[in-house]
Amino acid sequence: MDILELLEEAVGSLTLNKMRTALATLGIIIGTGSVIALISLGQASQKSVETQIQSLGSNLLTVMPGSQNSGGVRSAVGSSITLTLEDALTMANSAQLNYVKNVSAELSRRAQVVAGKNNTNTQVVGVTPTYEQVRNVLLSSGSFIAQRDVDSMSKVAVLGPTVVADLFGGGADPVGQTIKINNQLLKVIGVTVSKGGSGFQNPDDTVFVPISTAQKQLFGLDYISTISVEATSQADMTNAQDQIGYFLLARHKLSDPESADFSILSQSDILGAANQITSTLTALLSGIAAISLIVGGIGIMNIMLVTVTERTREIGLRKALGAKKKLIITQFLIEAIILTFAGGILGTLLGSLVSYIISSLIKLPFTLAVHSIVLALGVSGVIGVVFGWYPAQKAAKLQPIEALRYE
Amino acid sequence: MAVQVETPVTNTFGMIKLNNISKIYKSEAIETVALTDVSFQIEKGEFVAITGPSGSGKSTLMHILGALDTPTTGEYILDGENVGNLSDDELAGVRNRKIGFIFQAFNLLPRTTALKNVMLPMAYAGISKQEREEKAKKYLKMVGLEDRMYYHSNQLSGGQQQRVAIARGISMEPSILLADEPTGNIASVQAEEIMGIFQKLNEEGHTIVMITHEPDIAEHSKRIIHIKDGKVFEDKVNKTFRKVTK
Repeated sequence: MDILELLEEAVGSLTLNKMRTALATLGIIIGTGSVIALISLGQASQKSVETQIQSLGSNLLTVMPGSQNSGGVRSAVGSSITLTLEDALTMANSAQLNYVKNVSAELSRRAQVVAGKNNTNTQVVGVTPTYEQVRNVLLSSGSFIAQRDVDSMSKVAVLGPTVVADLFGGGADPVGQTIKINNQLLKVIGVTVSKGGSGFQNPDDTVFVPISTAQKQLFGLDYISTISVEATSQADMTNAQDQIGYFLLARHKLSDPESADFSILSQSDILGAANQITSTLTALLSGIAAISLIVGGIGIMNIMLVTVTERTREIGLRKALGAKKKLIITQFLIEAIILTFAGGILGTLLGSLVSYIISSLIKLPFTLAVHSIVLALGVSGVIGVVFGWYPAQKAAKLQPIEALRYE
Repeated sequence: MAVQVETPVTNTFGMIKLNNISKIYKSEAIETVALTDVSFQIEKGEFVAITGPSGSGKSTLMHILGALDTPTTGEYILDGENVGNLSDDELAGVRNRKIGFIFQAFNLLPRTTALKNVMLPMAYAGISKQEREEKAKKYLKMVGLEDRMYYHSNQLSGGQQQRVAIARGISMEPSILLADEPTGNIASVQAEEIMGIFQKLNEEGHTIVMITHEPDIAEHSKRIIHIKDGKVFEDKVNKTFRKVTK
């Protein structure tokens, strides 16, 4: 009896009780489906975070005020007031820093922005003109903050597309109009191109103003929240990071790097941290989903045990007519594997569909990793063998006389 | 140089040889003696009925003859092969090649065609699908079911099902046909037909051993072994042999 005939027989006996077969497979479908969906969504969010971080600008180093305590709690980062505009300006003008190409100082605050009858709560960032280059800002209309705007503390603003949509309606060109922040009127001089992104630090949901205007006119603060540094090349990132570090330590009159009152993060640091979070979450969720796969496997075992009991007479007859143990085991294992494998395939389809729907609902890129599909199908096959083994053994061990007598 | 000698199967050699067979069932503290010191020989081409009241041990004897069970003591030689101490899988092989079973309850696979049922033992023997199908059709024709080959077994009458079972029993051309109460579940007219088929097969040279408790069924055989209390009570030529005439 070859494998094809055994397959034919297995399919035949599985189709005898369609409802039961469907219910037994359901556990595996849900298990594989959730594993596939979660892995796929995890990868999608990882990809989205990656593109978002990369869109901030290449070769970018971010200097933030606050202590550097790697591995510990970093809640203090960004909330301290240890960086000043002077720090950024001397850095930009220093000939020593040969790995540094551009320096941009930023002061970021959330504020209520009003235009006519509309208003929105958004991020207001005071910037220097170099911000445009450091952060790869592109303009769809008008121009960016210029050096003379900073020098003269001009009341001008450049808006992100989301802010434009919120205040002036989609598609409008607000250049020349005025907006109001903290009771100060500012003239809109430009609109940036959408970078795509979401969340708290959305570059599209931002109003850019000259840093001097932000410090003196809008918020009354004399410190800055971030210094962004563009290194000369990707390869020089570490060198640039070291140079800035020592430069700022010297400027802040600190001798011990341990006591630094600032932190320097590179793109890869941020990327790495973000990736770690998403992959940990993905692993955790798929782990939970994998448990449901095991529960599905137990369901298969249960059904196979019922099948063996129901078919005791048939097994006895087969053995009386000369079926060897191995053949009986193979027959029942094939049935179990068909159940789990079919469940695996349907689960993969279902999981992909769910992941596709969720991705398009929350605007994530839809990804479907081939390796996760191969893994899911492989695992469901293995589950068939593992959970089908005991019932198959039980069937093969039946004594023909007792089995034939069984009513 | 070793010369392989095939044991000649002659009329005096004995197709079935039972030497001092005993079977004792042990369950917990109780021992039940089912067979004591049973010995007889059946030659090739015989048609033997084994009779006896219920509880006499004839079912146990049938299980041993069918290699479904092994004796506690004694020796069982079937067609030159000692069936005494074989493993489960070896016994399965013996049953497959040497024994054609016909059961009281027919024991056909349900929701499976007559043809596929007849093909089953040949499938276990590893015979090619094409040859299986040819032979199965031949034997189904022999038992007069050529127009029912593609019927599912549960769509056939009792007599027809038993004829499918007979076709399945002879499909491997076994050393013996072992029938356990073959007419127990079917109407008497059809029982007569079954006996006719048995006699025809016997005339063609098949060795048939039939277990029955019905004296008028036993009369269709040529020799009757009567079992009582686990022992051979009587072993005689059937002088009232009744041939089925169509």
